[in-house]
Amino acid sequence: MKPRKVPAAATAVLMLALAATACGSGGGSDDGKKVTVGIKFDQPGVGLKTPDGDYEGFDVDVARYVAGQLGYAPSDIVFKEAKSADRETLLQRGDVDFIVASYSINDERRTKVDFAGPYFLAHQDVLVRAGDDSITSPADLNGRKLCSVTGSTSAQNVKNELAPRAQLQEYGGYSECLTGLENGTIDAVTTDDAILAGYAAQDHFKGKFRLGGFELSDELYGIGVKKGDTELRSDIDTALRKMVLDSAWQRAVEANFGPAGYRSEPPPGIGAPAAETPAG
Amino acid sequence: MFDFLQGYDVLGAFWTTVQLTLWSAIGSLLWGTALAAMRVSPVPVMRGFGTWYVNVVRNIPLTVIIIFTSLGLFQTLGVSLGAGTFTVINFRLAVLGLIAYTSAFVCEALRSGINTVPLGQVEAARALGLGFTQVLGLIVLPQAFRSVVGPLANVLIALTKNTTVAAAIGVPEAALLMREMIENEAQLILISAVFAAGFLVLTLPTGLFLGWVSRKAAVRR
Repeated sequence: MKPRKVPAAATAVLMLALAATACGSGGGSDDGKKVTVGIKFDQPGVGLKTPDGDYEGFDVDVARYVAGQLGYAPSDIVFKEAKSADRETLLQRGDVDFIVASYSINDERRTKVDFAGPYFLAHQDVLVRAGDDSITSPADLNGRKLCSVTGSTSAQNVKNELAPRAQLQEYGGYSECLTGLENGTIDAVTTDDAILAGYAAQDHFKGKFRLGGFELSDELYGIGVKKGDTELRSDIDTALRKMVLDSAWQRAVEANFGPAGYRSEPPPGIGAPAAETPAG
Repeated sequence: MFDFLQGYDVLGAFWTTVQLTLWSAIGSLLWGTALAAMRVSPVPVMRGFGTWYVNVVRNIPLTVIIIFTSLGLFQTLGVSLGAGTFTVINFRLAVLGLIAYTSAFVCEALRSGINTVPLGQVEAARALGLGFTQVLGLIVLPQAFRSVVGPLANVLIALTKNTTVAAAIGVPEAALLMREMIENEAQLILISAVFAAGFLVLTLPTGLFLGWVSRKAAVRR
């Protein structure tokens, strides 16, 4: 009996391999009416894949609106996970058509990809326990216990500039930080306010945390497109301007960040010149 | 081409990797030897514990163990291992987790070495009147260690690479610096290559040296 199983297993392996390559070549939009958009899958409020396979968050709302303006029906949008470290590669290889994934515009990245937008101005901020009144200004952070995600820009800002005397705990994800914040081993979680607001707005955290409201840095989120694709870039810019004008932008901000007490800001100037790029 | 390295303490990060490796190696050699002794001991409870420990711990992903040391031991139970700052606490927790994990593999390597010692040696030692600890400590383990230098070198190399998991709880070692650089520099492949080369520099000489030691030390039978 045993030897006969080998061809079956080999066929299964071969089919898996074929299926994998088939997925790999299904990227670009030119072969059909599909559009592939890179988003975060793990940031509540910004870009999240829900357990039932749907997607939600501010980036997702922006991506859907832009794709709609580019002429794609909602069912033609294929969302693909774009982890921070993979974003440039995904665009360069053409695996995604554009990326809406809390993608801060900076000079290093601009050498690799082009950015449409910016569509959002985020600030590095802190999330503290709702009952904790000891942190009211950025100066209060020194000597306290902060938490952020391993290697992130926010974590590096804390280490190098904002609060060098603060203790910094780095974890693989913000959920671990929030566990520590909840049970008191950590005093404040720090990253972009949009991301913090998204976490604080989750049902099981509602009312437990508040945003500090410190504008520790400026992060302009852009939509990444392949380097040199100026046509797509200007189409996306047009779509973004329309989104702001017909107040879909404002609705998306309120729906995704509102419950956390996030003070919404006016949208940034879309298609702003390169000189406005913040550091980091 | 390599100007992205400027402003980063790559050597310092690898030094933390080396420290993690050394402390964990020493700890897991001690605890692994104790586990191996338990697994061959005449006391059923100790044998049972040794077997249970090895089978449970080596089948848990290392990431889970390391994150548990931080979220479970430190944050929830308040175990800070006598340290006051996150930097020291995380380092010690990571070493603890790595020891707990690696010693299961050390134990199994050592037990295979114990099995290479001919039964006649143990019987002769018993006939001379040596007790269990004496048989193990004077006769069996010295020969067992000499025959498992090769397998233990494998474990050490695996341990060196496993230290990268400590980045998950914020120990500032090589993998954490790599993530920072990838975040800042948008040079994914070059940065990865630099760190891969760094690990080769650590592990290749280890492998070559211990391979030589294992040929020298092996008991010829």
